[in-house]
Amino acid sequence: MKKTFKRCQSLYDLPAHYCPGCGHGIAHRLVAEVVQELGIREKTIGIAPVGCAVMAYDYWNFDCSEAAHGRALAVATAIKRVHPQNIVFTYQGDGDLAAIGTNETIHAANRGENLSVVFINNAVYGMTGGQLAPTTLLGQKTSTSIEGREKKAHGYPLKISEMLALLPGVCYIERVSLHSPPEVLKAKRAIKQAFKNQINNLGFSLVEILSPCPTYWGLAPKESLDWIRDVMQKEFPLGRIK
Amino acid sequence: MKILLSGNEAIAQGAIQAGCSFYAGYPITPQNEIIAYMAKHMPQKGVFIQAESELAAINMVYGASAAGVRAMTSSSSPGISLKQEGISYIAGARLPAVIVNIMRGGPGLGNIAPAQSDYFQATRGGGHGDYHLIVLAPACVQEAYELTQTGFDLADKYRTPVMILGDGILGQMMEPVVIRRQKTEDRRQKQPIKPWALTGCKGRKPNIVKSFFLREGALEEANLKLQRKYEIIRKKEERYENLFSSDAKIILVAYGTMARIAKSAMLELRKEGYKIGLIRPISLWPFPVNAFRHPSSVIRHPSFLVIEMSYGQMLEDVRLAVGGRQQVEFFGRSGGGVPTESQIMNKVKKILS
Ligand SMILES: Cc1ncc(C[n+]2csc(CCOP(=O)(O)OP(=O)(O)O)c2C)c(N)n1
Ligand code: SF4
Ligand SMILES: [Mg+2]
Repeated sequence: MKKTFKRCQSLYDLPAHYCPGCGHGIAHRLVAEVVQELGIREKTIGIAPVGCAVMAYDYWNFDCSEAAHGRALAVATAIKRVHPQNIVFTYQGDGDLAAIGTNETIHAANRGENLSVVFINNAVYGMTGGQLAPTTLLGQKTSTSIEGREKKAHGYPLKISEMLALLPGVCYIERVSLHSPPEVLKAKRAIKQAFKNQINNLGFSLVEILSPCPTYWGLAPKESLDWIRDVMQKEFPLGRIK
Repeated sequence: MKILLSGNEAIAQGAIQAGCSFYAGYPITPQNEIIAYMAKHMPQKGVFIQAESELAAINMVYGASAAGVRAMTSSSSPGISLKQEGISYIAGARLPAVIVNIMRGGPGLGNIAPAQSDYFQATRGGGHGDYHLIVLAPACVQEAYELTQTGFDLADKYRTPVMILGDGILGQMMEPVVIRRQKTEDRRQKQPIKPWALTGCKGRKPNIVKSFFLREGALEEANLKLQRKYEIIRKKEERYENLFSSDAKIILVAYGTMARIAKSAMLELRKEGYKIGLIRPISLWPFPVNAFRHPSSVIRHPSFLVIEMSYGQMLEDVRLAVGGRQQVEFFGRSGGGVPTESQIMNKVKKILS
C-alpha cells in the first residue's frame, strides 16, 4: 500500500501530552510540516510561550527558546536581529500575546520585525485552569467569569489581529480555524504564507488560529469543533485580515 | 589614549570594547548617557534597540544572549525593578548578560538623586528563585570602563548575569579614562565559543534555551548545578581594595562613590593622627568576606564603620562577614542625602571618644 501521510522530521515521534481534543497538538504538527516543506529546519528558531504550549520544544526537532509569559516577541526580535539569516517564529496563546504581552506584540509588529507569529486563540487561559482571556466571548463562562463574560465587568473580546492590521509594519494577518479538516489545511497554508513572508523579508506576519480547548469550554472534543464553527467564528471571522 | 568621559559613557565604551554587540534599553535618568552612547557608537554589525519598556529590553537581552552574542541593558532603580523577572529567567536559563543599574533614590518614583539603596535587590538575586548575579561596583570612571569589560568576561565564563552597580554621581561624573585598545583586541579573540547558542541546528542536535524543569527532581538538579557554580564564584571572584587597614583602629567600609568620600575622610583623619583604614568592596556579590577575616595584623580588634547612601544594606553583609567578633557601626543617608567627609570624620571621632 502506498504511504500518503507520515510524521515529518521536524516533529519528534512522541505522544502529545495535551488534553484529548486540544488544538495545540494539531497546530504543532502544522508548524513542523511547514518548516519541513520549506526546507528550513536547520535554520529555524522557535520561541515557545508560557501557556499550555510551554513545552512545544519537546515536540519540535529544531532550535527553540522559552520566553517569559508574554515576552516571546521581545525574545524573537533580538534573535532575528542577531541572526537575520535564520527563520524565527513565536507560538503564543491569547493570554500570552493579547493580555500580558500586548505591549511586546504591538511594538514588535509596529517595528515591522521580520518574524512569523502563530497565535493560538482558544478563548481561555488553558494552563492556569480556564480563566477569562482577552478573547473570551461575551456570555462565555470561565472560572473567573462564572456567570459568563459580561461587557460591563470584563469588556469585549479583544480583536488583536484587527488592531495589528492597522500598523504599517505588518505585512500579513490571517485568521484560520482548526474545526474541520478543510479548515486545518487552510490553517497550514496560512502558516506557510507567514513563514514565506519572512523568507522574502516582507516583515511581520501573524496567523491567528481558533483552537479548541474542550477541557475549559466544558465540551466534548467534537462539540468543541462545532462551537468554533457555530459560535466562535461569528465573533472572530475567518479569512485574510491584511 | 586618554579621553574625557562620564561614568555612564565609560560603561558604554567599555561594553563596546568588550565586544558587546547587542544593546536594548529604555530611557531613565540618571543613566540616559548609556543608551545615547550605545545608539551612537554601536558598531555596524551590532544591534541597538530602544525598547518599548524595561520588560521588553531585558527579554531582548535574553534573546540576544540565547543567540550567542554579548548583550547588555542598562537602567536605573525603578526600571531595574521591572527587569527582575527577566533577570531571573536569564539566571535560570544559564545565559550570560550584563545589566547596568545606575541607582537613584527610592522607594517608588523616589527622585533622580544618587543612591545606593538597591544593594539588597542586587546582591540577593532581586527576582524570584534561588539565584545570584555577580555584582561589580566601580568607584571611578576608569574603573567603570574596566569593570564593565570584566563583567562581560565573567558573564561568559560562568554563564551568568552580571550587574554593574553604580550610583548617579558615578554615572554623571566626568573623568579622564585611559582607553586600552590592545587589550580589547585580546579580549575579543578570547571570547569563548558557545555551543549551546541558538543558531539553527545545522549539523548538530537542536539546542533548547529554557529554565522550566517539570520532571520530578529535574529542577532541584538544575538548581544544585547553579549552586555549585555560585560556590566556585564565591571562591574565585571576590574583589576589594584594602587601604591602611593593617594599623587601623577603625576601618571604614564603603563601595562605589561613597568609598571615595570615605577615602577623603580617612586621609584627613590620618593627617590628624587617627589610625583609620578603608575596605572598599568591589564585588558586592560575592561579598569579599576575606577582607574582613584578617583585616589587621597589628590591631587585633578594629571596629568597622559602614557608610552607605542607604539606611544600612551592605551593613548586613559586613556583620555577617565579621560574625560578631568586632564592633560594627553604621552611618548612612538616603533619598538624596550623601554622607559628607566632615560627617564621616565626626562619626569616627565620636566612636573613638
Ligand atoms: C508573569 C506570569 N504571570 C502569570 C503566569 C501564569 N500563567 C501561565 S500560563 C498563563 C495563561 C496562559 O493562557 P494562554 O496564553 O491563553 O495559553 P493557553 O494555555 O490557553 O494555551 C498564565 C496566566 C506566569 N507563568 N507568569
Ligand atoms: S487545557 Fe485546553 S489548551 Fe490546555 S491542553 Fe487542555 S485542551 Fe489544550
Ligand atoms: Mg489561551
